[in-house]
Amino acid sequence: MRIGVVTFPGSLDDRDAARAVRYAGAEPVALWHGDDELYGVDAVILPGGFSYGDYLRCGAIARFAPVMTSIADAARGGMPVLGICNGFQILCEAHLLPGALTRNQHLHFRSRDQWLAVESVNTAWTGGFDAGQQILIPLKSGEGRYVADEATLDRLEAEGRVVARYIGENPNGSLRDIAGVTNEGGNVVGLMPHPEHAIDKLTGPSTDGLGFFTSVLKFLTEGRGVAA
Amino acid sequence: MARVVVDVMLKPEILDPQGQAVAAALPRLGVTDVTSVRIGRRIELEFAGEPDLEKVHEIADRLLANPMIEEFAVKVAEEAS
Repeated sequence: MRIGVVTFPGSLDDRDAARAVRYAGAEPVALWHGDDELYGVDAVILPGGFSYGDYLRCGAIARFAPVMTSIADAARGGMPVLGICNGFQILCEAHLLPGALTRNQHLHFRSRDQWLAVESVNTAWTGGFDAGQQILIPLKSGEGRYVADEATLDRLEAEGRVVARYIGENPNGSLRDIAGVTNEGGNVVGLMPHPEHAIDKLTGPSTDGLGFFTSVLKFLTEGRGVAA
Repeated sequence: MARVVVDVMLKPEILDPQGQAVAAALPRLGVTDVTSVRIGRRIELEFAGEPDLEKVHEIADRLLANPMIEEFAVKVAEEAS
């Protein structure tokens, strides 16, 4: 299986995302923001960082990158897409996920290892977790506060589309402690914390993050995914 | 040449921690009668010819503002002096 990792100008975590893909047993494929070709990948990861300097709003300019047009089309066709941190912001700006990510309530950049509860295990990226499983992965963001109107939040909860919630002190004022959400199809997932930094005890607080990458591999090999 | 100004503000129901931080600093200036501060963004677009305001609306809606959390207003600037 080939999983694309997009590099935007200002991406930081593309290498760690590619490494996580490799650890999970898939082949990472480098995708370039200015190239609308997806090279036949089976899934795509939008990594963390500060795409286009985060000018205007986080993810606002990246959304119009040539590669995003292809990714949006593929995502609507069912291809698994995971947006981490800045990637989550891009997916919201591209309207592939509902809501938006705004400035942390306390205005501080928050960098720490964060406990999460994985809630929705029916997505392409979380099938390998147990519902309610608690995981520890790094969080590092200044604009990670998830917001959406009440009706949207209610719908997300009712449809089981809250992928993960913060446990303990809410790190950014995110509404209903939401750390990640998914789209109606369950193939597009946005997550504020960084699973790609928690795949090896040598470099992360746990190996809990690896589950996202092994889950998508399982999803793809079991043939439930739509081949790109 | 014409200038079109787009003002972007967070919707009233969206928390503005930047505005709150500024509001909290005002007493240090001896200002105590400001009850709320909200911060927005002013964007000036220079057009070579007559601006197409419908197009400007589209630009604002798709890029300059995120209608999920922000609202915007478009106006043609007065002739520059």
